[in-house]
Order: sequence, then structure tokens, then C-alpha cells
Amino acid sequence: MGESLIRAVDGISIEVPAGEFVALLGTSGSGKSSLLNLVAGLDRPTSGAVIVEGKDLARLSREDLAKHRLHTVGMVFQSFNLIPSMTVIENVELPLRFAEVDRNQRDSLAREALEKVGLSRRLSHRPTELSGGEQQRTSLARALINRPKLLLADEPTGNLDSRTGTEIMNLIRDFNESLGMTIVMVTHERALAGQYAQRLILLADGKLVDDQSNVATASTTSSSGGRA
Amino acid sequence: MKAYDLAELAVRNLRESVLRNSLTTIGISVGVASLVAMLSLGIGLQQMATRRLVKSGLFDTVVVTSRRDLRNFNRGDDQGGGPDPAESPALDEPSRVKIEQLPNVVEASPDLRFITSFTYDDKPHLTMVAGIPGSYRTNDAFEGMQGNFFSSDNAPEVILQKSFAADLLGKTAKPGTEEVPVADLAKPLLGKEMTMRYAEQVDGNRASGSSAGEPKAPDVASAATNYSIVSHELKLKIVGVTDLDPDSMRGPVRARVLLPLKLVQSLHVVQPTALRDTTQATSKVPTYATVSVRVKDPAKIQAVEDSIKKMGFNTFSMLDATRSLRRFFTILDLFLGIFGSLALAVASIGIVNTLVMAILERRREIGIMKAIGASDGDVMTLFFAEAGVMGAFGGAVGVALGWTIGRLINAGTNIYLRRQDLSPEQIWFVPWWLVGGAIVFAIIVSLISGLYPAARAARLDPVQALRYE
Repeated sequence: MGESLIRAVDGISIEVPAGEFVALLGTSGSGKSSLLNLVAGLDRPTSGAVIVEGKDLARLSREDLAKHRLHTVGMVFQSFNLIPSMTVIENVELPLRFAEVDRNQRDSLAREALEKVGLSRRLSHRPTELSGGEQQRTSLARALINRPKLLLADEPTGNLDSRTGTEIMNLIRDFNESLGMTIVMVTHERALAGQYAQRLILLADGKLVDDQSNVATASTTSSSGGRA
Repeated sequence: MKAYDLAELAVRNLRESVLRNSLTTIGISVGVASLVAMLSLGIGLQQMATRRLVKSGLFDTVVVTSRRDLRNFNRGDDQGGGPDPAESPALDEPSRVKIEQLPNVVEASPDLRFITSFTYDDKPHLTMVAGIPGSYRTNDAFEGMQGNFFSSDNAPEVILQKSFAADLLGKTAKPGTEEVPVADLAKPLLGKEMTMRYAEQVDGNRASGSSAGEPKAPDVASAATNYSIVSHELKLKIVGVTDLDPDSMRGPVRARVLLPLKLVQSLHVVQPTALRDTTQATSKVPTYATVSVRVKDPAKIQAVEDSIKKMGFNTFSMLDATRSLRRFFTILDLFLGIFGSLALAVASIGIVNTLVMAILERRREIGIMKAIGASDGDVMTLFFAEAGVMGAFGGAVGVALGWTIGRLINAGTNIYLRRQDLSPEQIWFVPWWLVGGAIVFAIIVSLISGLYPAARAARLDPVQALRYE
């Protein structure tokens, strides 16, 4: 028997400088999400290195990977991934609980983050009582709360209509421009990527097909040769 | 995570599926309740037994005999390698006073008993008489007694044992027939007088008896040595009839006719030891066959016994009996505890089940928490906290439930006892350590149950958990 080995991400070498807005493009199964999970520290490569902020994630302990997810990266998902039993503000402040931030401080930080995404009402509603756009704003606020350097977005507009999708994308671009956050966004919509990203990376079958990069400055974030 | 945040999250998560978690918590409560009920009954029974035994005077009493008395309790057993019996001290009044002055000794009363005859209704009755110190008023030998205890320590009064009362009335119960109730025996006897005939030991120097009572014509039996024996009669008023089994182990109370001790002492009745001490010609002060020493606290018995042995006397106590009693109750408590814990063990399986179900249900939630930065430890402690909170709630409710069950059993037992014409008893007792201990035990059992689910939740792969919608 034995499982056949699938190389989801195979021999890819990418460097992303700080402050860049990168779109990972590809059809489903192209390995773009797997690559994002590697950078997020949710998954580990079987070989190769994933270096974020000078640290090789492949060599970090489970504990240190959790710290990486907590402080260095923020994540936004297609399906929002909010905890249904918690209110908006509780969802946003949840990472602060894991970071052991004081209660009083947590509340003001969460309100501040929610203001940044344009959601200052309905804070004590549960996610199911919100529209898709509001849910994605909540999840953006949660991703921002620990002031990460890197925002990873996995099809952030996939579950939204085009109007709210645009609103969310404008917010993300705003973070990139005003806060200097590095953005890595996974999408299969070529048009959306072309509208917002400064660099387009095309993947197919786990391999790098095209890298239309026009900006190349100081490298703080890089990812090279992963296999998973 | 901080402890407070952790507790808050745990309670919140438990409230999310309130029915399932409540049922699990009730399971723990029932387990704790059965444990508390069992142990509180065990402890209550032990306390009751101890209370009764202390009242019986058996466990705080050391019986002292002279080594000269070769018929001692530990025949052939060398007690502390003292001097030869012939050289050992006599158990006389000065020794008794010395014993009474030992630390932890409440009193040392001589065991005065003799066989003599009584006349009631012109019929003679021969029986054993004993002197009872006033402190025996609270002894449980006098529980259920008709009439009263002696009005004073030297009153010319008498308490009868019920079989002797039956003899006096000619109502002796035949074997196999039902006993006459003690109240029926007491009614015609209380307040009546009966006459005791006894032999006074009169010092050789004194011509005739000068003791209490109404000595009649002194007929001298012997004046050969240092003393004479003079026969007397004394009228006694019957004040009480005890409901006591004559064959029970009761120390000084083991006689069919009881007199106040001071009265018996003042009568100078010839004691079996008198003759022996006379031949050895040691002293003219009264000597005793045995002295009963009451100790402040049963735990001090060994120390008191040791110091009396050092004085050169033989001792005997029921110390070993209390030890085996304590062992019996320890084993009883252990077994009750094990049976009580069985329900808690079943409840702990419920916790494991609930938490494993929760992991399956909250798979995605765990994945989200990990994605936004929760460590393995965070997830594990969260599940631990949930198990602990269920344990704490279940423990608290269980203690209250167990307390109530114990109380109900106690109340039920007392209703039964009252129907049987017996005095009510406290057979149930919940000490504070049991309250705290049961709750802590419930929490520990819950945490152990949470061990596997928590570890499983912690190892959950976030990518897998988030993959499926």
C-alpha cells in the first residue's frame, strides 16, 4: 500500500521584501494555500527552509511556531474563521488573551483595531448576526490586534459580493500603504490580484510558473524551496 | 493564558453546550455525593462507637493489682521486671493516693466487692456487692435505669441490677421466656428498704465496731491476731434498678447490688486480701485487691500504665481493644470510601466522553485558536480548565447532596430507633476536611479524566482542522 507522495509545494524559491503586497495566483490544488500555511507557521516543510524575519520556521519548536503565529503574522481566511460562541469584540481580543495582555488594555486595543476596519458598532453581536463584510472586517481587526509585520490573506474576498470584496481589498491595501505591513494574498482571481498587488506570483502543481515582480528592495521575508 | 482568562473561557465553553455539560457535572455530583454519604456514615458510626465506649468507662480505665496477688491478669507475663512479688508494695490506701496524684489521672478508686446476704421481705438472698464511685453517674451502665443514682457518696442507698430485682420479687425469668421489663421490676421496689448483713473488720485494739450503720449485738468471731470480725446489719433504701446485663464487662459495675463507694469504705468489710496481708503483717491501713484508675484521655492510657508499673504494680487496660477498634473503623472507612468512589469513577468516564465529544465538535474552533497564535499548552490548559470547572461544580453540588443524603439516613434511622424504644443516635457526621477533601478529590479526578482529551486537543493539526467547512 503506502500513500503516494504529493508535492504540494515543490522547489519554489521566493523572496518577499518588507512592505511588499504580493499575490499568489493559481488554480485550486496549485499549492498556493500550502505555501501560505508554511509562511504562517501552521505547517512545516519536509525539506527546505522558510525564513521569516531571520528565523527558519522549519527549525522552530511547536511552542516557537505558536509565538510566530501570535506575534509575527496575522491571518485572514475566506471563511472568516471567527469563533461563533464569542461576540465581535471577544473574537478580536482573543489573540491578546494568548499574549497574556491585561483585561483593561485588551478592551481598548480591540476597539482601536475595530475602528481601523470601520466597525465600531455591533461589537457585542455574535458573528452569525453579522453580514459577510462585517465578519471579514472583524477577522481583519483580529489579524491586526497584535500589530504583526506580515498579513497573510487566503482568498479574503472569496465569500463576499464584489462590492464588499472591494471594500475589504481597499482596507488591506490601506494597511499595506499606511502601516507598512507586508501582504501575502492567495487568490485565484487574476483581475483582483492585478488591481491591488505590486507583484504577482503564479503557481501550478506546486511549482513556480511566473513571477511578475517589479519591486525588489531590502529582503526581510523570504521563502525558499519548500516541499510538503 | 492568565488563570482568570482561562477560567472565564472554560466556563463560557461549558455554557455553550449546557445540557451535556450539566449532565456530566450531575454525574460527578452523584459520585461525590455517594462518597461523602458513605464516609460521613463511617465517621459518624466511629464517633458513635467511641462515644459509647468512653461512656462505658472501659477505654479510659486502667485496672491496677498488686504483684503480691499472684492471680493477676497477665499471669506468667513479666511486667517490667519488678521486684519479687513478696517484696513488691501492697496496694493500700497510700498507694492509691499516690496513683491518684499521677499526671493525667482523674481518679483512682478501690474496687471493693464482697459476697454477702440481703434480707428483703423476710427472705435471704446471697449475692455480690460492689462499691461505685460518684463519678460513675454518667457511665452508660446507668442508662435506662429506673429510679435515681445515689443521692450522695455515702448515703445508705442501693441500686439493684435487674436480675437481682427479679429474684427479690420472685419473678426470675426462665430461659426462653421473655424478660420482665425493668420498669415493672422497679415499681414495687423503689423506695423500699432491705437489710444487708456484712462482716466488719475491726482493728484488734478497738473493742467494738465504730463504723456507720446500726451495728447490732457484736458477736466476736476471731480475736486471735490483729483484728476481729464483727457481724453487722445495715438497712438500705432501694433508689434504682439498672437495665444492665449482669455478664457484661463493666469493671466495678460488675455486681448485682451496687452501693456508694464511700459507704462501702466506711463499713470496713473484710476483703479477701485482708487475710493475706495480715499474715505478712505489713500495715494496718486498708489494702485493696484492685484499684480502678480513670485516665483523662484514652490516648494517655499507655503513659499512665507505665508509671503505675514503675511503682511496682500490675496493670491491665483495654488499650489493645481500642487499637483494634480503630483499625476496624479505618478498614470500614476504606471500604466505604472505595464503594463511594466507584460512582465517581463512572462519572470520570463521563468527563472523558464529554470532552472527547467537545474536541470533535470544536475541532474548527481549536484550529482557529491555533492559527491566531494559541500554543499547544494554551489549548491543553483550556481543556484542563473545563474538566476542572466541571469537577469543582460537581464536587460542590455533590457535597451538598451527600450531606443531605447522610442527614436523611440519620433521620430515618432515628425514626426506626424511636419505634424500637431506643434513644436517637447521631450516626452521620460530615467533618470540614471531608467537605474540602471531596471537592478537591472531584477536581483531581476530573483533571485526570481531562488528561487524554486535553492532550488530544493540543496535538490537533490546525491545517487539518481548518481545511473542511
